[in-house]
Amino acid sequence: MSQRQVLQVFEQYQKARTQFVQMVAELATRPQNIETLQNAGVMSLLRPLLLDVVPTIQQTAALALGRLANYNDDLAEAVVKGDILPQLVYSLAEQNRFYKKAAAFVLRAVGKHSPQLAQAIVDCGALDTLVVCLEDFDPGVKEASAWALGYIARHNGELSQAVVDAGAVPLLVLCIQEPEIALKRIAASALSDISKHSPELAQTVVDAGAIAHLAQMILNLDAKLKRQVLSALSQIAKHSVDLAEMVVEAEIFPVVLTCLKDKDEYVKKNASTLIREIAKHTPELSQLIVNAGGVAAVIDCIGSCKGNIRLPGIMMLGYVAAHSENLAMAVIISKGVPQLAICLSEESEDHIKAAAAWALGQIGRHTPEHARAVAVTNALPILLSLYMSQDSSEDLQIKSKKAIKNILQKCTYLPALEPFLYDAPPNILKHVVGQFSKVLPHDSKARRLFVTSGGLKKVQEIKAEPGSLLQEYINNINNCYPEEIVRYYSPGYSETLLQRVDSYQPLV
Amino acid sequence: MATLVSLQSRLPLIDCQYYYRNRTVDGYRKKEYKAAVKIQSWFRGCRVRAYIRYLNKMMTVIQKWWRGYLGRKHYRQMVKTAYLTMKMNFYNEMAVRIQKRWRGFKIRKYCFNYYYLKEYLRAISDTNQAIREALEEFAEMRGREKKKADLEKEEKRKQNQARKTHYLLSTKQIPGIYNSPFRDPDPMEFEIRKVRAFQMPSAAHQIQQTDYEDLSTWLACTSKRSFPRSDILPPINRKQCQGPFRDIAEVLQQRYKPLQPTLRVATSINSEKDAREELRREEWNNRVHDNVFLPFSSFSKNEKYVPMVQTSTKYNGISYAQKQFQEEEPTKWMSNKGKIIYPVLERVLGKS
Repeated sequence: MSQRQVLQVFEQYQKARTQFVQMVAELATRPQNIETLQNAGVMSLLRPLLLDVVPTIQQTAALALGRLANYNDDLAEAVVKGDILPQLVYSLAEQNRFYKKAAAFVLRAVGKHSPQLAQAIVDCGALDTLVVCLEDFDPGVKEASAWALGYIARHNGELSQAVVDAGAVPLLVLCIQEPEIALKRIAASALSDISKHSPELAQTVVDAGAIAHLAQMILNLDAKLKRQVLSALSQIAKHSVDLAEMVVEAEIFPVVLTCLKDKDEYVKKNASTLIREIAKHTPELSQLIVNAGGVAAVIDCIGSCKGNIRLPGIMMLGYVAAHSENLAMAVIISKGVPQLAICLSEESEDHIKAAAAWALGQIGRHTPEHARAVAVTNALPILLSLYMSQDSSEDLQIKSKKAIKNILQKCTYLPALEPFLYDAPPNILKHVVGQFSKVLPHDSKARRLFVTSGGLKKVQEIKAEPGSLLQEYINNINNCYPEEIVRYYSPGYSETLLQRVDSYQPLV
Repeated sequence: MATLVSLQSRLPLIDCQYYYRNRTVDGYRKKEYKAAVKIQSWFRGCRVRAYIRYLNKMMTVIQKWWRGYLGRKHYRQMVKTAYLTMKMNFYNEMAVRIQKRWRGFKIRKYCFNYYYLKEYLRAISDTNQAIREALEEFAEMRGREKKKADLEKEEKRKQNQARKTHYLLSTKQIPGIYNSPFRDPDPMEFEIRKVRAFQMPSAAHQIQQTDYEDLSTWLACTSKRSFPRSDILPPINRKQCQGPFRDIAEVLQQRYKPLQPTLRVATSINSEKDAREELRREEWNNRVHDNVFLPFSSFSKNEKYVPMVQTSTKYNGISYAQKQFQEEEPTKWMSNKGKIIYPVLERVLGKS
């Protein structure tokens, strides 16, 4: 055979390989094909193609593998078991940028499923190579390797520590300063994943100077970037007071409040999460937020969202009010209580209702003024019904009970307490009657109102063991009224009167 | 004598009188004795009583004076105590007043200043109001910007559409589809009239996209304004124009002489790298396995430092000049195969 014919055979084979690998890569984009591909044994066929002579085939094979591993963790495990990772890591150091991107994609796809797979990636020494890729000129390569590092660091603290030990953090901070938006997003998300596990890791990120750059990027227009930046800042601020103070020193207020008005729901959620994490540490930080007008912004944000997006805002109000009574008063005058009452009644999810109940309890527990502000919005009957209803979760019941108790112990606003006389269970009734017994001896108008609204009648009907606290309260209340009225309202009085009629001898 | 007689007449009576007197006196003796005792005891009693009365009177006087003295002393003490108590009460009163005022002042000024709190809460609500307004404004501005951007995008899209469908423009003879004669012309018609046509990338544009490696398609003269090339060749038997014209074939040959680049220009800048790559790939293809040949592990481990000739002393080792090329430890390589070792004998005979 002539040389040309020999070479033609090789060319045909190369063409066949290229076509095969391109078709597999294309098919792997659709989820319904992947099952069939897996059953056809695509892994064992793709593996030797990774070592192919032609660079294009290598790259496309890596891309196909990445797409397959991305789909579910069985395939990712098959990639790990097939010893493909060491080859990928080795060639990651050498090849051109398309191959690097594809290989980083494979590592990311494998690492995202579970901590064991991510550990396997770390064990085959991929971290050092990925960190080297972070220094590459091409922004696509940087993005792919930052993404892979982010997914690995997401699972737990040890993996994050491994990523940090490989020296990724300063390079990620450099990546954040690059002009490409996608790269900034991914780098911010990776920093967020690293710093969320422990205070030491967050401190490492802060020491690399990340906070200043992250704070500058809050002003950026891109919604997804803002999501990641706010999430990163909140993961840093949540661990300790010092870190929260460092975040605040970067002058994020009042810029962060503009994010609360963003169109994107998750930007609002992450912004309120950030404010919550800062407010929960000390009263001084909460004071700072209140002074900057943060409470009003958060309340407006709660009003404009629905569902899980509201939850961090509700918790933030609770934390601020819990610190001191002045801050709780600040929350009240910012019109927070009506908003919380609306949340309590509107929301369908139990955990959001529980958070709203807890926040109301924190606001109302300080002084009678606060309790009155909560009671006026008619939130107490809602709390009672949540406590009594059988389909509330246990957490919701506990939280609403605590809130009711805390508010009732300080509440002197009698019109709000009266409905409780009728529906409340005995353990709450005790507190309600106790409050009445504290207020009635001093206020004559209240006494009159109490009688005319039928409260005295209801109190007489309450059965209490003699000597118990409840009986003492009832006695206190009865002592405020003349005896005839008490007797008039006591149950069975009409019978005694009729008996007297029966036994009366008329005067002739 | 009469007296004598009287006395003698009384004489017999003396016996009886004497006896009678003594006897009666005895009778009365007890009584008189008792009376005397009584009188005496009474008198003695009187005397003693008078004495006791006297003593009592004296005692009363003493005691009266003493009790008076004590009472006065007590009274003075009571007065003093009452005075002190009055003074202390007064001081306490005044101290209470001072403390009352001071505590009220301190609490109101430093711990809980009601008016400051009121001011603070008012300031907070003002700030809240300001922030709410500012945020509203901000959101509105963003909304407006977004709307503007959307409008602009829409505009651009329409323009692009008009440019692409420029052929639908109506002519004088044939009204286009947007210019129906039975109705008003569609706005799209005006759009199409306004824009310039969207041209497919021209031939000149296309030439720039050819492969730069293939230099044989280049012309020696690369100015864009010169010498158009078309696929149609000129007819062969063209009659020569009259006049001092050169042979057309010659002229065309000169005009369209292809570029004859030197070897240096013709090789691509990466040729060396590509050649190396190719060599590497070929070598990789022909390799039997990928295991790298590892040297003996201890070959380069125990390198001894070889000093220079000038700096070598007898203490820091042999320099290269003094190196021996004979084996220094010939016994190192000798095994003791064939030599039977009796360890007990060795010890008995001593280490030989």
